[in-house]
Amino acid sequence: MHAVTVYSGGQCKKLSRIKAARPLLPQAAVMMRNWFGMLALSGMQTLGMPPAALAGEVQKSAFDLPATIRLVRQDCGSCHGMTLQGGLGTPLTREALAGQSPEALAIVILHGRHGTAMPPWKSLLSEAQAQWIAERLLEGFPEEKRQ
Amino acid sequence: MRGWLLAVCCGFLAACAEVPLRGTGDLGLVVERASGQVAVIDTTAKSVLGHVAGLGDLSHASVVYSRDARYAYVFGRDGGLTKVDLLGQRIDQRVMQAGNSIGGAISQDGRLVVAQNYTPGGIKVFDAATLELLAEVPTQSKVVGLADLPGQKFAYALFDKGEIWVSDLSQPRAPRTQKYPAGQQPYDGLVTPDGRYYMAGLFGEDGIALLDTWRPELGVRKILQNYGKGQEKLPVFKMPHLRGWAVAGNQAYLPAIGRHEVLVVDKGNWQETRRIKVKSQPVFVMARPDGRQVWVNFAHPDNSWVQVIDTLTGEVVQTLQPGKAILHMEFSPRGEHVWLSARDDDAVLIYDTQTFERLASLPLPSPSGIFFSSRAARTGF
Repeated sequence: MHAVTVYSGGQCKKLSRIKAARPLLPQAAVMMRNWFGMLALSGMQTLGMPPAALAGEVQKSAFDLPATIRLVRQDCGSCHGMTLQGGLGTPLTREALAGQSPEALAIVILHGRHGTAMPPWKSLLSEAQAQWIAERLLEGFPEEKRQ
Repeated sequence: MRGWLLAVCCGFLAACAEVPLRGTGDLGLVVERASGQVAVIDTTAKSVLGHVAGLGDLSHASVVYSRDARYAYVFGRDGGLTKVDLLGQRIDQRVMQAGNSIGGAISQDGRLVVAQNYTPGGIKVFDAATLELLAEVPTQSKVVGLADLPGQKFAYALFDKGEIWVSDLSQPRAPRTQKYPAGQQPYDGLVTPDGRYYMAGLFGEDGIALLDTWRPELGVRKILQNYGKGQEKLPVFKMPHLRGWAVAGNQAYLPAIGRHEVLVVDKGNWQETRRIKVKSQPVFVMARPDGRQVWVNFAHPDNSWVQVIDTLTGEVVQTLQPGKAILHMEFSPRGEHVWLSARDDDAVLIYDTQTFERLASLPLPSPSGIFFSSRAARTGF
């Protein structure tokens, strides 16, 4: 559960102003779901496959991979840079993220980081999508292929 | 020998024919963000004249113009600063000046071009003719909202330090800098059209930091404080841009952060006079040059929409869905047309601002910023 440290570190403490930091408990729940999701998915090597066939909470829906790649490059890119080398937001290159766990990154993607400009994307991304993005970021995010 | 001379003469003639004698007042650039090139466009003919390639990473880019409006200075994401000749449709000078850059500005007299950088954080001062580096002011912070002020001064804000700095470059190799506390996480800044007030929008708190550059001894004051008091912020999926100031008559129109509103303040006393509900999180809030309309575009996922506010009534009078991912808007010099970049439609769309009719659609790959040469004569552009 080292992933929780992303949230419980100094980042969280400073941030009292905007509706205070989230309690850790729901995040732990999300993580647990992610862990179970991982277990459920462990038979499938390609997380990129829309996990439509799976039961449980991971697959909110099958998602569109090209659209997800595009969203990361273009819309995450408006702060993190289209090449993900950083802008007003931090760099999201493989090197910059080395050592982070995909679960922790997925939580940041879904819930944002209080006190920073990172918004919660949970209204736009499913947990499976966030998890997929996190894992791809850690291995170097794919380029967009446009027709 | 005669044949050779003839060939040379024909060559010269051909070269001349490529660049007919013309002005640059109705020219501009459109950034093609994915391909590292810019399109040179003609706002009279509503056409693309050509492309200039080799400008590096333009995923975020901004442009200022030389005072003769012949050259455009393009600031790329990767720290590239490129001086583009609009008439020759070619690169005149190019330097790599930083690792990660966000934009720039040009001095009142047009002799200095200043770049604002994230990595390494600071500003750099260049000779506008040669792009020779003259000075730098390190900030140990990401620099946002660089704006030119009268008197060879430049104002900018420090995202990580929460300060506004004003650097006097009247001696370009020996900058003198004044620093003012501003507030939490300034995300962008603008100067009013007269060059007097510098404003930095704050992300980390509700409000705008305001510096009266005619009376700097008074320091920075906060305006629009607590505009979202007690309410949870909505997620901001794209940071608003303040570059295209929206000052119409005595009112300034500003994007709220985390609220789907445009905030209106009276320029006389800086009190809030109105809030206008809009479709989503505003990104650009731009006044038509005559000030009668204010056009607003929005952050992801509502970036296919554009709304128009009538400044006389303060009401949204038009809601358009011109195309996919409307990233930027630019008015023709006197405002009869507006050009919109529709990134995901690979097109630039031209609208009549009176009838809201679409006049033309120019195919361009992944267009983002649109910058007309009429910016050359405007403070803060």
